[in-house]
Amino acid sequence: MVMQLTAKQSIHLPRTAELVRVETLSAREKVFEFKFDDGKELGHRPGQFVEISIFGVGEAPISITSSPTHKGSFELAVRATGSLTNKLHTLEKGAKVGIRGPFGNGFPLDTLKGKDILFVAGGIGLFPLRSLINYVLDNRKDFGEVTTLFGCRSPQERLFLGQLADWNVCKDMCFIETVDTCSDDSWKGNVGVITTLFPKISFDPAKTYAVVVGPPIMYRFVIAECVKKGLADDHIIMSLERRMKCGVGKCGHCQINGLYCCQEGPVFTYAQVKSLKEAV
Amino acid sequence: MQNRVISKKDLAAFVDALIKTKDAGEVVGIKAKDGKFNFGPLASAAELRLDYDISLTPPKKYFFPQIETVLKFKLGADPKPEPVVAEKTLCVVGVHPFDIRGIMLFDAVYGGKDPDPNYFLKRNNATIIGVDCLNPNPKSFAASMGTATVNEGFDLMLTDIGDAYFVTVGTTKGENLLKKHAKAKDATEADEKKRDKARADALKKYQVSLKMKAEEIPALLTANWESKVFADKASTCFSCGSCVMVCPTCVCFDVQDDPALNLKEGERYRRWDACMLTEFAKVASGENFREHKEQRFRHRMYRKGKYLLERYKQLGCVGCGRCGIVCLAQIALPAETYNLLKEAK
Repeated sequence: MVMQLTAKQSIHLPRTAELVRVETLSAREKVFEFKFDDGKELGHRPGQFVEISIFGVGEAPISITSSPTHKGSFELAVRATGSLTNKLHTLEKGAKVGIRGPFGNGFPLDTLKGKDILFVAGGIGLFPLRSLINYVLDNRKDFGEVTTLFGCRSPQERLFLGQLADWNVCKDMCFIETVDTCSDDSWKGNVGVITTLFPKISFDPAKTYAVVVGPPIMYRFVIAECVKKGLADDHIIMSLERRMKCGVGKCGHCQINGLYCCQEGPVFTYAQVKSLKEAV
Repeated sequence: MQNRVISKKDLAAFVDALIKTKDAGEVVGIKAKDGKFNFGPLASAAELRLDYDISLTPPKKYFFPQIETVLKFKLGADPKPEPVVAEKTLCVVGVHPFDIRGIMLFDAVYGGKDPDPNYFLKRNNATIIGVDCLNPNPKSFAASMGTATVNEGFDLMLTDIGDAYFVTVGTTKGENLLKKHAKAKDATEADEKKRDKARADALKKYQVSLKMKAEEIPALLTANWESKVFADKASTCFSCGSCVMVCPTCVCFDVQDDPALNLKEGERYRRWDACMLTEFAKVASGENFREHKEQRFRHRMYRKGKYLLERYKQLGCVGCGRCGIVCLAQIALPAETYNLLKEAK
C-alpha cells in the first residue's frame, strides 16, 4: 500500500495563470482568456473542464471553451451565477487565478473521426461545445458532414456574435440558429425552440453522431428528436453538469449514481445516461 | 509470522513503552468518554479501554481530519499558492476489524490514479494495533457484513483470551515493535484455538443481522430503485448528516477558502461533507440533482451497498452500527433498509 508522495503532488495545488483578455458576451456572460505563468499549455481535449481558483473566494469547475488547436492560451466562458463566477466577472486583465486540470474524459474524438456530426447547443451549452466545433473546423478533413444547431431564449442571449457570424457564412459546416421567442423586429432568423430546427435537416443516422449540450430540459426533447431520426443511443453524446469540487474522483459531489462526472464524464452517451437514473 | 501471547500486565507495559519512546510516533487509542468511548491521545496504558463496543467517531480522522488545511496563498496580485500537507506518525491502538476495513476502503479511494498526499503522508507512517470486538454494540451488524474479523490491514491484532491477549502479527513493523518493547511468548496451537473461540463467541453476540448474504445487497438494490421503502424511511429524515459524520467509510469532502483577517493571505481547507445534507448535489444555477430527502437517503444506501463496491471492490458499509446509534429519526442503519427491501420482495 505504501505510496511515496510529496506535498508538491497535492491534488489541491493549482498552477497560476494570468488573465490576458476579457470579452463581454452578454449581460450575464463573459469569456476570459488565460496564459499559464510557467508558459506551458493547458493540454486539454475538447469537452474537458478545469477547476479555477480565485484565491480567497474559492474554486469552481468550468468547461474549456477554446479549442486545443488554439495554442499559447485557453479560454473559459462563464455565466455570473455563483460566488466564484460573480467574482470572476469583476476581474480585469492582469489578474492572477489558479488552474487545476484539465479534468474529465472530453468528447470522444476517436469515435467522431471520419463521421458526420450534428452539434446541438442550447444557450451556454455552446461554451463546452464551441471547443469541439472549432476543433472539428480546424481539422476539417478528418470529419464528414458537419451540421450545427444553436438555440437561445432570445436574440439578446446570443453569444460569441463574431463567431456565429463566421459560422453563418462558413462553407465547411451547415449552421442554423433559432431563438425561443423574440418580441421585436431586430431578429430576422428562426423563432421557436431548438427542436423546430430538426425538420430542416437530414442526415444518415448510421454514420452520424449527435453531440448535444444544453440545460437538462433541452436534453429530454432533443434526444427524442434524435431517436426519431434514427440515431442509435450510443450515437447521441451529451455533456452533463455537476458540482465537481476536487476533479480527481474523491470528494463525491459529482456522483451520478455509481459514476463520477469528473472521471467517467462529463461526456456520456445517451446509452450510458439511460441506465443512470439520476443523470437528467 | 510468529504470533504471540502477551499477559494483560505486559500489554500495558508495551503500550506505555510505545508512549514513552515514541518509537511508532504519537500513541492514540481508545478511551472512555462520558460513558461512551472515543479515540484520543493516550497519556498512559491505564486509559486504554480495549473492551469497548464502539467509538463515537471512527479512527479515519487521524488520516482524514474533520478539517484540514490543504493550501496557503497570498491575496492580491501575486497569490503564490503553496500546498499544505501535514505529515504525521501515529500509532493507533484499539482499532476494531470493521474500522480497519473502513481504513482499507479509504486507502483505495484516496489512492488510485490521483493519490492524495494529505492522506498518505499520515496513513503511510501509521502503525495500526487492532483489537477484536468481543462486545459488539447492539446496533452493529459486522458479523453479517463479514467485517467482524480481518486478516490484513493491521500491524498487530489483539484478541482478549481471558488472562492474556493473543497477538496476531500482521507486519514486520509490528513484529519489530513487539521484539523491542514487549514481553511476549510465542503462541501455541492451544492459544490460537482460544483466539478463534473468542472470535466465534463474539459473532453470536451481534443483535442486528442481515436477512441475506452481504454479496446479495448490490443486486437487491439494483432491483429496487423504485421501491417505496426509501421514501418511507426517509420521511422522518432531518437531513442532519449525523449518519455520515460517524461513518468509517464516508470519504466525501467540501473545499472552502478562508481569507485571514489581515486580508493579505488565506488558506484553503477541506472538511468532511455529507451527501445527506440538502445542498450536497446542488450546482450554481440552482439545480439540485438530489433535491428530495428520499433521493439522498437512497443515494446513501446505494453508495454503501453498491456504488463503492463496483468502484473499489469493497462494500461501502462495514456494519459498525454508528449511523444507527446517532440517527435521531432511527432510520439510518443500512441493515434495516436492506432487510425491508428483501422482505418487500
